[in-house]
This record gives sequence, C-alpha cells and structure tokens, in this order.
Amino acid sequence: MGHADRQLGVLSVHASLFQPSLLAQYLVSADFFYGAVMTLWLSIASLALGLAVGLLIAIGQEAPWRAIRGTVWAYIWLFRGTPVLLQLVFAFNVMPAFGVLLPGFACAVLALGLNEGAYMAEIMRSGIRAVGPGQRLAARALGLEEWRVMRWVVLPQALRIIIPPIGNQFVGMLKLSALVSVIGVKELLLTADETASGNFRYIETLTAAGLYYLALTTVFMAIQSMIERSFRRRPSARRAVVAVPSLQTVIR
Amino acid sequence: MTRLLDAVAIWKRFGTLEVLKGVDLSVTPGKCLVLLGPSGSGKSTLLRCLNLLEPIASGSIMFEGKEIAGTPRKQAASLRRRMGMVFQNFELFQHLSAADNIAFGPIRVKHMPAKQARELAHHLLRKVHLPDKAAAFPDELSGGQQQRVAIARALAMEPALMLYDEPTSALDPETVGEVLSVMQELAEEGMTSIVVTHELGFARRAANEVVFMEAGLVAHRAPVGEFFNGSAPDRVVRFLNRMHG
Repeated sequence: MGHADRQLGVLSVHASLFQPSLLAQYLVSADFFYGAVMTLWLSIASLALGLAVGLLIAIGQEAPWRAIRGTVWAYIWLFRGTPVLLQLVFAFNVMPAFGVLLPGFACAVLALGLNEGAYMAEIMRSGIRAVGPGQRLAARALGLEEWRVMRWVVLPQALRIIIPPIGNQFVGMLKLSALVSVIGVKELLLTADETASGNFRYIETLTAAGLYYLALTTVFMAIQSMIERSFRRRPSARRAVVAVPSLQTVIR
Repeated sequence: MTRLLDAVAIWKRFGTLEVLKGVDLSVTPGKCLVLLGPSGSGKSTLLRCLNLLEPIASGSIMFEGKEIAGTPRKQAASLRRRMGMVFQNFELFQHLSAADNIAFGPIRVKHMPAKQARELAHHLLRKVHLPDKAAAFPDELSGGQQQRVAIARALAMEPALMLYDEPTSALDPETVGEVLSVMQELAEEGMTSIVVTHELGFARRAANEVVFMEAGLVAHRAPVGEFFNGSAPDRVVRFLNRMHG
C-alpha cells in the first residue's frame, strides 16, 4: 500500500461512505471464509508446533547436562531476541539459498511455531516448577516410578496453572498470524488487502477481516473458559467421590 | 524374633558433608521405634535412606530378609511400596480430594479397581477418625486432619513398615494430639513403625525402643523404660531436659 494508494482510498471513502451491503457480501464470501479458515489453521498448526517445541525446551532446561541446557538457552535467546517478522522473512527468503525450499504455509508454521516454542517453554517450566519437590517425594515414597510421578502428580497440577497463559498465547497467535501475509500466505489480512486493492473499499474489507478475527478470538476465549472450568477441581472431583455414597453405611 | 529391617553401618554424604557416619538401626515386627536427637543429627536423612529415596554411600539394609541397599531405581520404586512414609509437611496431592489421595497409591501403583480403592479409602478415613472428610480437598482441612489423611494414604499401600518424619512438627499445638493418638493406635495394633519426633510424651506412651542420634551417629539406644529412667548417658539426659523446657 503506497502513499498514492492511501490517498485514493481516502478519496473513494469520501465519494461513498460505508456500505453495509458490501460488508455483508464480504462476510459471506468464499474468499473471506477461506481466509479465516487459513488463519485458524495456521494458528492451530503453529501453536501445536509451539507446544511440542516448548515441552522439549522446558524439559531441556531441567536436564542434568550442561550442553543441553546451553543449547536450550541459546534457542530461547535467539527466538525471543529477534522479531518474529524477521524470522518469518528469513524462513521464506533465506532458507531457499541453503537449498530448503518450503511452501509459504510451511515457512509460516515453522517460523511462528519455533518462535512460539521459546515462549511456551517458559510457561511450561513455570508450571512444572510450581509443583513443589515435596509432592514428587511423596509420590515416589508411595512407590511410583519417575514417569508416573510426572504423569499423575506433577502434570495434572502444572496443567491447571498453565492453561490460562496457553489460552492467551493462542488468542495472541490468531492475531500474530496476520504477519504471514508478508510472505504471501493468503490468510484473512492478505485476503482483505487483495480485495481492497481492486476497488479501494478498505473500510468494508478491513471491517470484514476484523469481524472474522473478533469471531475467532471470541470463540477461543469461550473454549478457554470452558476448559478452565472443567479443570476447576471441586465440582467434578466432588461428584467422583459422592458417586459411592453407600460405602460408609456398608462399613458401618 | 527376626528383624523386619536391619540397617548396618549406613554412611551418607551430601558433597563433602557427612550426614550419617556408620549408623546401625533395626526394628522387629510389631514394634515402634522412636528416633530422638537434636536437629541436624541426620534422623530425617536416615529415614529417606531406609526407603531408598536417598542413595547411601555404603552400608547394608536388610528389609524383609533381603538386602535392599544399592537397589537400582526401577526396583527401588517397588520396594518403597512396602514402606509407608509420612512427611512433616503432609504433602497431600493438592489436586485430589482426601479419599482420592488415599485411593491414589492402590490405583496408580497396585492397579486396584477404582471402586475397591474408594472403599478402602473410606475404611481408612474411619480408621483415622475422619469419616466425613472424603470429599474435602487438602486446603479445606486443618494441618492435623491433613496429616491423618496422609497417614491413611500411606496405610492404603498396606506397608510392612511405617516411617514418620517429624509428623507433628508443622502442626498447631492443638492438633498434635489427634495425630499422635492415631499413630499410637496403629502402633498398638502392631503396625511396625519408625518415628522421628520431638514428642517425648509419645515416645513414652507408644515406643518400645528409643534411639538417640547425634552428629550422624547413634549415641544411645535403649528400651523405652530404661531410656527415660535416668540411666542414659549425661548428654542424652541433658537433651531430654532441654526438650522439657
């Protein structure tokens, strides 16, 4: 969008103000719908990669070997210390020079996911650390093997702690994914931009894209609070115990 | 009578710090042994060495007729199932209700059906006098109640031996009694136990034998009557007098 484009856009808006019918037409158009699907798919794939990388990094940070801890530290330093936009353009424009020629979507998921992993690792580590060493000791004293201690004592408690921040990361990812428009992946923002470049109806196209973003984030915030509610232990756990009410009378 | 647990010449170091310097300790089935001694004398470390939570530098630990010192990690976990442990800070699993805490070991370690494990949990809650706290979560219970649930959680594994690591040190004074009386009832029923504590009253009432540790060594050991009748070495008597305030 050059300066001239912007002036033209302003002129055209002056010529005929906001057209609700055009907005409605965009909202139901196949282009915008596919753009939204692409945004959603990009976010889910990047977040999934971020979660996997983050878990590996979090475990690596606790590793007894200095070489692994050093590698992991360098990873976080690199990916948190440079703009994700730079990482995106790097994956798209520089990797081919080294013979790695990936389609735009793969570059986008790679850059967003690897970047996300660095942040996710910190979230996961804080969750795992929040479960005190005494809890692990008690589980080991009962005769649990190490992986069962992790699975049944540490992770259930850590998960409850890290779900809200992971939800935030996901909502953030939905919006961050707009950056991949610069490498030509046709998600919501690029769809809106390309549509507008034909007729200069920026107000309708961007409003349509904005409404899609709001719809996506709203849905995910609702899903997040549903998950949080299901993890709020009291009601569900109570039910599990109350499910055997006959017991005390049996023993009595 | 043959010994349930017989530890001989246990050495334990943390870096250059020698915590246990050749400790001998044994307990016969059905008996209650109380470990006394100033803090830092290695009592708690000794307990953790006995159930293999801490590796020892050298020494022998015979448990149920088998040498267990130096058992590889994997088998160590299954040996620990035979020894219940109660911690100073209870360490109930915060995400589970009282009943689920107790059923946890049988379900996750012994693969007992959930229904049967819950029945066991309710039975044990009655045993520790908390029949109506099945659904309560740890943060809804007093310290004394949490510790009694922790005792029930250990009992659920049907251990041959109970290890108590200062079970009342973190409690409000008014809840100490309820925990000690549960422990005493168990001892009277013949539950073999080793108790690290500063509660001399409990030692008098429930112990069969008292071991006094100091600076990583067993300084004195005697049957309970003899231990408290004034015939103990001077420094033990001095310690006991200090404990009485």
